[in-house]
Amino acid sequence: MAQALSEKMNIIRTTFDNRLCNYSDPAISKNLLKKIKNTCSRKIRLMEVCGTHTVSILKNGIKGLLPKSVSLISGPGCPVCVTSTYEIDSFIALARQNNVILTAFGDLARVPGTNSSLSEEAAKGFDIRYIYSPADSLEIAKKNPEKKVVFAGVGFETTAPLVASTILSAKKLTIDNYYVFSAHKLMPPALFALMSMRKTKIDGFLLPGHVSAIIGEQAYLPFFNQYKIPCVISGFEPVDILHGISALVKQIESGTAMLENGYNRIVSSNGNRRALEIMHRVFETTDVEWRGLGMIPGSGLRIKNKFEHRDAAKVFPLKVEKTKTNNGCICGEIITGIKIPSDCPLYKNACTPLHPVGPCMVSGEGTCGAYFRYHGSC
Amino acid sequence: MKKDKISGDLGGGGKSSYDFVKDILLPIFDNPYLSKLDDGAVFDINGTQFAFSTDTFVADPIFFPGGSIGDLAVNGTVNDISMCGAKPVYISTGLIIEEGFSMDDLKIILKDMKVSADNANVKIVTGDTKVVPKGAVDKIFINTSGIGVVPENITVSCSNAKPGDKIILSGTIGDHGIAMLTCREGMEFETKIKSDTASLCNMVKNILSFGRSIHVLRDPTRGGAGTVLNEIALSSQVGIFFYEEKIPVKKEVAGICEMLGLDPLYIANEGKLIAVVESDAASEILESVKNDPLGVDAAIIGEVVSDFPGQVVMKTLIGGKRIVDMLSGEQLPRIC
Repeated sequence: MAQALSEKMNIIRTTFDNRLCNYSDPAISKNLLKKIKNTCSRKIRLMEVCGTHTVSILKNGIKGLLPKSVSLISGPGCPVCVTSTYEIDSFIALARQNNVILTAFGDLARVPGTNSSLSEEAAKGFDIRYIYSPADSLEIAKKNPEKKVVFAGVGFETTAPLVASTILSAKKLTIDNYYVFSAHKLMPPALFALMSMRKTKIDGFLLPGHVSAIIGEQAYLPFFNQYKIPCVISGFEPVDILHGISALVKQIESGTAMLENGYNRIVSSNGNRRALEIMHRVFETTDVEWRGLGMIPGSGLRIKNKFEHRDAAKVFPLKVEKTKTNNGCICGEIITGIKIPSDCPLYKNACTPLHPVGPCMVSGEGTCGAYFRYHGSC
Repeated sequence: MKKDKISGDLGGGGKSSYDFVKDILLPIFDNPYLSKLDDGAVFDINGTQFAFSTDTFVADPIFFPGGSIGDLAVNGTVNDISMCGAKPVYISTGLIIEEGFSMDDLKIILKDMKVSADNANVKIVTGDTKVVPKGAVDKIFINTSGIGVVPENITVSCSNAKPGDKIILSGTIGDHGIAMLTCREGMEFETKIKSDTASLCNMVKNILSFGRSIHVLRDPTRGGAGTVLNEIALSSQVGIFFYEEKIPVKKEVAGICEMLGLDPLYIANEGKLIAVVESDAASEILESVKNDPLGVDAAIIGEVVSDFPGQVVMKTLIGGKRIVDMLSGEQLPRIC
């Protein structure tokens, strides 16, 4: 566990150290912007898949610096935003079980399920605790042996190995009261789903940095080989993002399509083998529903039978109906890049970070939340 | 406000707190002192201007790198009075203690209060103690109220910012919030970040020698510098423009914020101030702040403008612009 965690921490630490080496440098940024302006001759639509990209783009005012012909659209890379109502309802049902402590990332607190949210359940007195790392959840289980501790497992390939290692550690440390409800999702299958949707018009992808650090550049090859669309893996600092955009514009203008790694100080060709090995030891792929994208084959991770005694979906008698939400929220179209937040009649009216209608407004990485916070930059 | 139940963000110092005070408290208690929404009330008794302020302190954990809830309780109220342009003099304290709390810990907290009070040259002159059943409070809550005297020729208020004014920030932001976060149970950080809890009254005393050139003084506690700048923009109906490159942030604080997806502009400080001052006197006032041991990293971070009244805009490191809004809800660490 500690190993996996420190791997994640190291990844991010390296990003930070590099930031000290001018990854926000105004002169370098200016040069890249000039390059983009000089290269770009037509309307280009690029999707930044990851929510952390969206936040960085808005926080650094990148949209306002780009030529008007380049539009950046936000993709489905915010784990909270793509968590289905069924999964949220399942977390709520778990929190209501006798003798259960539900642990979850703070982002999930206000995400509305069919009739309630975790924060409303906590106000009713159910024991819900927000944690920063899955390891905290295991620690809570250790300290409360008389309780059943369930972790609401949400996240992509960056988070899943950490969760997997808690399950392995639970065995090693003989912590028998620890369970996981896995709602983890995988990124590459979502890219296939996006491209198969008719309405999405995307000229190139800015691929996520953290996820790529785990799965590696090669993991995108099947997708890239099928669609031959310009792809650049990018880090999160302004210079990383501008470099990524510049590389995409160059490919598009020259009529070529390549899978480029613009984040090779972090992302290797094969990814983090150890993290992937831990993830695959505990989880196996399954078909799963994404909010906004629908059912995507092979895009989810469920706990293998070998560990089914840790699988909250099997251990607890949950009666959760699959409901269709129809509250006017257009999150689905937003995370697929068909619409932007200001197209939604609820945005800034009925739906604000304090009173979110949809998950995109709840999470700091959600497109609507990020637009609201930074007003789409100015 | 559309709330049936009190939620955590209402006390978080951001937009929910602001709306709660404006929409719920103000209509009930309405009076001209309260409606200024400054850090304390300023009123006249027999020709002397007094400042009066109160604050209640809950801290998790109660002992943290750089201080304890005792330091916070005294420094917090001393600073609130100082931000009214006053010299703090007397403080009261109310202790609410959970049954079973350690007497040794209580003594440490009280001694910390005494040391902080001595540093600020104020006296704790009255108080009250209540003990409640286990679970009714988390270990110990402390309320302090304080009173101070406003020197003549001082008119400091959140509504006094004027176009052309310069904005001074007295040091690095986010230290307190990140120190608290990283020493909480379950966090696996080893950092040297300490809370910046400190009394600002000496720094303010020096600043006040510039008299009416000082327009606004605020300490960016909960809600952080971003929220306080918004409060100034709203109260004074002016725009605020500042530069990201001028904002002092410790490398470690910036690193942890980046890792958890937090914005240092919204992280709490307990020993920093923001001063909005007359442009002509700005560099001299900055020098005076920098001469104080707590102000060595001080900087002029931006200016007050007549455009976009009520809004705060930041020029980013790479030259982009973005609106810095009040914090909506609590900041949540990101998942990936």
